[in-house]
Amino acid sequence: TFKSNPKKQEIMKWNGWGYSDSKFLYNKKGQAEFTGKRYRLSGMIIPGLREWMESTFSANLQHKTPAAPILNSSAVQPPTLNEAFLKELKSTGIPFSHDAEDRVFRSHGHCLHEIFALREGKIGRVPDLVVWPNCHNDVVKIVELACKHNVCLIPYGGGTSVSSALECPPEETRSIVSLDTSQMNRILWIDEKNLTAHVEAGIVGQDLERLLNESGYCTGHEPDSMEFSSLGGWVATRASGMKKNIYGNIEDLVVHIKMVTPRGVIEKSCQGPRMSTGPDVHHFIMGSEGTLGVVTEVTMKIRPMPEYQKYGSVVFPNFEMGVACLREVARQRCAPASIRLMDNEQFKFGHALKPQVSSIFTSFLDGLKKFYITKFKGFDPNRLCVATLLFEGDREKVLQHEKQVYDIAAKFGGLAAGEDNGQRGYMLTFVIAYLRDLGMDYYVIGESFETSMPWDRVLDICRNVKARIVRECKDKGVQFPPLSTCRVTQTYDAGACVYFYFAFNYRGLSDPVHVYEQVEHAAREEILANGGSLSHHHGVGKLRKEWMRESISSVGMGMLKSVKDYVDPNNIFGNRNLL
Amino acid sequence: FQPVTPVVLLIFNPMLKKRDDFEDMLEERRNSSDLRYALKCYTPVLYKGLTPCKVSELKQMVLQSDQLGYVITQVSKEKGVTSDEVTGEAAAILEEMAQRLQLSTVRFFAFTLSKVFKTLFRSICINEEGLQRLQQAIHNHPVVLLPSHRSYMDFLLMSYILYTYDLALPVIAAGMDFMGMKVVGEMLRMSGAFFIRRSFGGDKLYWAVFSEYVKIMLKNGYAPVEFFLEGTRSRTAKSLTPKLGLLNIVMDPFLKGEVFDISLVPVSISYERTLEEALYARELLGVPKPKESTSGLFKARKILSEDYGSIHVYFGQPVSVRSLAESRVNRSQFNLIPRHIPTRPSEEILSFVNDSAYRLVRAQEENMVLKPWVLLAFVLLQKQAAEEKQGTALDELTEQAVWLRDLSRQYGAFLHWPDHIPPSEVVSSSLSLHRGLVRISEGRVQLALEQGLLYPGFVILSCASYRNQALNVFIRPALLASAIHTAASNRKQEIYNSFSFLRNMFSNEFILCPGATVQDFEEACYLLVKTGTLQINQQEVLITERGHRTLAFLTSVLDPFLQGYQVVCRFLCEQDGLTEKQFIPAVRKFIIKHLLTGRLRYTEVLSSDLQKNALAALIRLGAVQKIKGNNYCFNVFPSEARNRGL
Repeated sequence: TFKSNPKKQEIMKWNGWGYSDSKFLYNKKGQAEFTGKRYRLSGMIIPGLREWMESTFSANLQHKTPAAPILNSSAVQPPTLNEAFLKELKSTGIPFSHDAEDRVFRSHGHCLHEIFALREGKIGRVPDLVVWPNCHNDVVKIVELACKHNVCLIPYGGGTSVSSALECPPEETRSIVSLDTSQMNRILWIDEKNLTAHVEAGIVGQDLERLLNESGYCTGHEPDSMEFSSLGGWVATRASGMKKNIYGNIEDLVVHIKMVTPRGVIEKSCQGPRMSTGPDVHHFIMGSEGTLGVVTEVTMKIRPMPEYQKYGSVVFPNFEMGVACLREVARQRCAPASIRLMDNEQFKFGHALKPQVSSIFTSFLDGLKKFYITKFKGFDPNRLCVATLLFEGDREKVLQHEKQVYDIAAKFGGLAAGEDNGQRGYMLTFVIAYLRDLGMDYYVIGESFETSMPWDRVLDICRNVKARIVRECKDKGVQFPPLSTCRVTQTYDAGACVYFYFAFNYRGLSDPVHVYEQVEHAAREEILANGGSLSHHHGVGKLRKEWMRESISSVGMGMLKSVKDYVDPNNIFGNRNLL
Repeated sequence: FQPVTPVVLLIFNPMLKKRDDFEDMLEERRNSSDLRYALKCYTPVLYKGLTPCKVSELKQMVLQSDQLGYVITQVSKEKGVTSDEVTGEAAAILEEMAQRLQLSTVRFFAFTLSKVFKTLFRSICINEEGLQRLQQAIHNHPVVLLPSHRSYMDFLLMSYILYTYDLALPVIAAGMDFMGMKVVGEMLRMSGAFFIRRSFGGDKLYWAVFSEYVKIMLKNGYAPVEFFLEGTRSRTAKSLTPKLGLLNIVMDPFLKGEVFDISLVPVSISYERTLEEALYARELLGVPKPKESTSGLFKARKILSEDYGSIHVYFGQPVSVRSLAESRVNRSQFNLIPRHIPTRPSEEILSFVNDSAYRLVRAQEENMVLKPWVLLAFVLLQKQAAEEKQGTALDELTEQAVWLRDLSRQYGAFLHWPDHIPPSEVVSSSLSLHRGLVRISEGRVQLALEQGLLYPGFVILSCASYRNQALNVFIRPALLASAIHTAASNRKQEIYNSFSFLRNMFSNEFILCPGATVQDFEEACYLLVKTGTLQINQQEVLITERGHRTLAFLTSVLDPFLQGYQVVCRFLCEQDGLTEKQFIPAVRKFIIKHLLTGRLRYTEVLSSDLQKNALAALIRLGAVQKIKGNNYCFNVFPSEARNRGL
């Protein structure tokens, strides 16, 4: 057995989010602390977190629910190997493994039920084999062999899926091979004349940005998962990045895609910026969620690195005013690189995450006390909400742009609340995923989910979905009021993207994951009933596929199905996502 | 139909109905200062999502709404006038319509009504638990109050109660006819009434202003919105077929996702004696209704000297629109059109609103308090129709009333019969409260029918209006009893068919939800089997030994209506078409003729309500056709009517 590039797997948690060395914990004094050295928050004490957790969830430090510390390999079913496939695979020299840890690591994404099961040491169906192709041609070989020997392939990139897309279908009887693209992580060329880069699809977001930065470029594509998610995964799920207002979403960034399918390789013959050649075949690939093939190489737009970046934040008297401001910003098409609006609960949550000693992390209230105390008097601390901003570009334009946005905000009662607050808001994006693991140590489970909707429905959906979550928790016997909060994370001409966060203390429930899933299901029903979409960028996977038909119509389903039937008649790419 | 399933039975079981206790709110009024009460500190619990706003701001919100804006543009294009003109028109409509709720007026009413109520009524009994539920509902969601409508008193009484218990004061949809009374109209406006024209069918602008006004008050949680599902006061004390317009409007914000939920609160107001008792009977007999006028109201002062017994007001369980709509309505149907563009509600929505309306009216009916007099009215009317000239002995009347008491309780009636008092006393005190309608001599009781035809009609219709209060308790079993009576055999299927026909025939007369025939049949079967009247096996329906008395009674419940409908049919068969205006006077003449010759036993058939319902049913069933022209003509198809078993 060959074990390739063990690095990533060894520095990352097997049953939680992110790096093994980074996590929230309560130290001996009972104070919350974030360990490690990787993040701004690393090594810091967060004094407000404990009280926030105790008061928000009625959590108690005495009531712990620790995770199983190490993977018990005997809990993993022995692999079902296809000997003929294995034999031919060996002859190609492509690295592979059927080690239990390797298989379990690639058997899941980060849905709550997936992580909850791992923490309890429960392992379901996992891939039988992991292969690590090194380049496009390796993938071609693997797919050919899989077709020849009727083996099920599941592409694996960064493993950050939150749609059950990586779960092995329990009904799959064939040998399942996880095709890990992590070794395909090179930038093959940069074309400065056309401002494009040709990149292997296994590259992880942060590496792509770092490598391009070395040449003075960036893609500007920054999804919240960019530390771990891969280019191929972005394409396969129709990802969206924080700074899409300047750089665009993945579908705007991609110029050319190469994908290996059971029928052969699909790619366009040129790199023209736009074509009228029938329906764009890229759109069969983008969002196909690993059901049609493996994306191996992508040509992407690149931009010179921005000369200047500036964070900012605005406090609004209430969420309604905040949404009205974002809508106006979108109407005037002057959205900064990023503009996000947190509701009151998230504002309080952000406040609770203020580290103890810091000059950078000035709390909102500190800032407000200093500058706006008088003006601020009219704001109700239980209603106010905050928008965080990120401007990018050349210095002069940024400052001009900043003024324009703050002027609009002022019309909606918004008060500028400082750069630090803005910056901290974006930093929290990266550490928030670690917080779920802390919650799970103390009976708190939760998750986020997203949607998109027309502007006129933003407030209605936010209100109704939050209220539905609260009501469903009560109906399902949750003993404590849940955290049910949202934020507007993207603005478009015709609508916005909204993220919901939802968590509750599950003490007293016999099957908390089931309750969680029922509530999330109800919340999605509520979103759909109110005119929200099934997903803005997380994708459908297996978690949301029951709603696909009503989302895209039966004819739409038939179209997708006929593509699948043509491209992959034997369902080699058998993760059963989407359809 | 399928045999009755245990799960369904559970729903029907009247013994499972739990009702709250009552408190008399007048008691405190009799023991403390009315003035201090009228000036008390009033701090109601408000909707949690409320952004407080003034009456004028409310109007601005309506005029600036996208909904109204859209219609204004449309109307200005159609009529070729500037949108400013149309906006002006809209503002004028709104001005005419809008309420101007102010606390000082409410305090004035609180004071005055305290005085009036104490004079007129012995007690006003409220279920305080219902008010607690209402308070909770007001805090959580926009609330719609749906009282039953038997008297002009209803809405003043509602506001009076809510004020007394420190609950949010409602805004009330009132008919424009009140506006005729200048001072009173304005007073009502200042106590929360807003005025709607009785008909505005084709007027888009009016509709838009009206619906937007109601929705904005509701959505913002400005105040609970109150209206009468029945649309108008029931002159017969039977619930009227619900009107759907306003219910449609208040459900819309939920269906379109603009609020999380809306609570509908059915309120049952039962009067031991209705103030309008005499007025209604006169109206039903065709003496025209006096136009509401302030001076007319003062003439009504003589009623102040009479004893009207007690009022019971029962605030029912709030009904969540969200739960009603769950797995009934696909809300995503509103996703593809901007919500401010007015659209005709889909079939799905219409049938949902209709079913909900029936459910709510039934909820009102179920919590109506019935007094012993209601049961006496049953007996006395039956005796009268049987032409027992010498009247009924008091102890026989008591025996029959007690029998009826037990039966109605088994059927789930909300009967207020004081069990600690001997039945004979209960009966005599009921008779004394309604002494205008009965005559007692030598220990025998009968209706106080004098000479002539109209005056007895007057007493009989008054009396019928009390009996009618309990019809909803008996209607399903009565339909079944009549079906058994008319069916050619005791085969279950045949009885069902006959039940279904009768039910269909009478669906303008009673609250019978369209499409619920099977449920109603099962409910009736269940009640009659449970009470030992019937035995039902796979194929047959058998009457038990002791069931005959019950069946005879139940058949007699429906009999006046059956005969009434038959007379109307007979009348129509003799016509070659007549206009809508001619119908009532002509049919009345025909009926009087039949009454005088003794071919018709039931004087109550003189009720224009019954005559109109019968005609509407015949039109609905296609036995009579309405031809639109200069004057509406009815074309009768006698052969067809006969074919349909009429």
